[in-house]
Amino acid sequence: MKLLTHNLLECHIKGVTNKYPFLVEAQQVEQTEVDFNPDFLRRMYPKLDWKAFKDTAEGLKLEGLPDSVTEEMLKSDEAFLRAFHHILLEVDVEEGALICPETGRRFPIVKGIPNLLLNEDEC
Amino acid sequence: MGRAGDRPEHTAPPDVFYDDTEARKYTTNSRIMQIQTQLTERALELLALPEDGQPKLLLDLGCGSGISGDTLTEQGHFWTGFDISSAMLEVAKERETEGDLCRKDLGQGLGLRPGCYDGAISISALQWLCNAETSSQNPKLRLKCLFDSLYKCLARGARAVFQMYPENPTQAEMITVTAMKSGFAGGVVVDFPHSSKARKHYLVLLTSSSGIAQLPQAIEDESAQQVKVYERSKGKGKRRKDGGGGHNAGSKRHPQAKGRDWILKKKALRRKRGYMDVPEDTKYTGRKRRNLSGF
Repeated sequence: MKLLTHNLLECHIKGVTNKYPFLVEAQQVEQTEVDFNPDFLRRMYPKLDWKAFKDTAEGLKLEGLPDSVTEEMLKSDEAFLRAFHHILLEVDVEEGALICPETGRRFPIVKGIPNLLLNEDEC
Repeated sequence: MGRAGDRPEHTAPPDVFYDDTEARKYTTNSRIMQIQTQLTERALELLALPEDGQPKLLLDLGCGSGISGDTLTEQGHFWTGFDISSAMLEVAKERETEGDLCRKDLGQGLGLRPGCYDGAISISALQWLCNAETSSQNPKLRLKCLFDSLYKCLARGARAVFQMYPENPTQAEMITVTAMKSGFAGGVVVDFPHSSKARKHYLVLLTSSSGIAQLPQAIEDESAQQVKVYERSKGKGKRRKDGGGGHNAGSKRHPQAKGRDWILKKKALRRKRGYMDVPEDTKYTGRKRRNLSGF
């Protein structure tokens, strides 16, 4: 699971109000190479929850993200864009779990695929 | 999937039906792969993404082994795939598809933040939601849950295209009405409507509320239609040849109807059954009457 997906997912257990963001518990993190595409980054930035993104990255001991992003940086700061790209798309959580911030329900991540199926009483 | 009884969604729930062997077919069977790719290309066409050369973030609902996702990647888009079958997802992972995968039951809702996705496609998945697998499942509620959460996570102006195999018109209507209740505009586009084999249903859902939503044009292939007509006339001829022998052709057991042989046979039969009023057989038997009326 990439951090991009993590940033977009929220817990959908019925009745949960504090559903975002999932806490990430990572046992194994891998890196895959993805083509650098600054247009996509510029497009995605306004849709991301930057704070959740930065916090999660720091939780995985990935440094290099600034607290806030200016338009100037998105436009031409190559070093920033590279770091942004790497953490958003190239980091894969292979084994671990997503944890609902309210109920503490664990959704296991196996072979890079989070299992977000709900039990009958949760939906 | 030709006959009505062959629908795989009637045999088992999707996470059971798509086991390792069934999932394997989606990497080894070139026909399945070709069909999936064609369906995806058409779905993308109906999705009508703005052609600004910008990479989009798309959803693939029921992504399976990621064949449809590969088409999205080829077009330069990023995608997230949801599926309920872990076997299919594992195959997708093995094939090293570019998209990110999650195991999810679409009927439980998508659980995505609002307004993030630029579009959604779904190939041959929606009909799975129309069956209740346990007593607590209600297909209508599950569809509603899917469409509600989909409407929420799509950006305004974005579209969703579901290629599906509705079992009957009632089911197609139930799906469409449920989608409309969630706020979507749009409807079903039927490609190749004249051919029962090539016919394909695409549910096109629009989020834009401004102006009257225009549904894309369906493909109505003229040649496909002609083939059908040709087949029909061929079928008729065949039927006449096989079954029409009794009246025209004539044989030993069934002599030509209304001819002399037939009359002699009927008379003999009546005599045998004890009727006394059967006329004699003469040279005049079975001859046409002369016109004596003078007109």
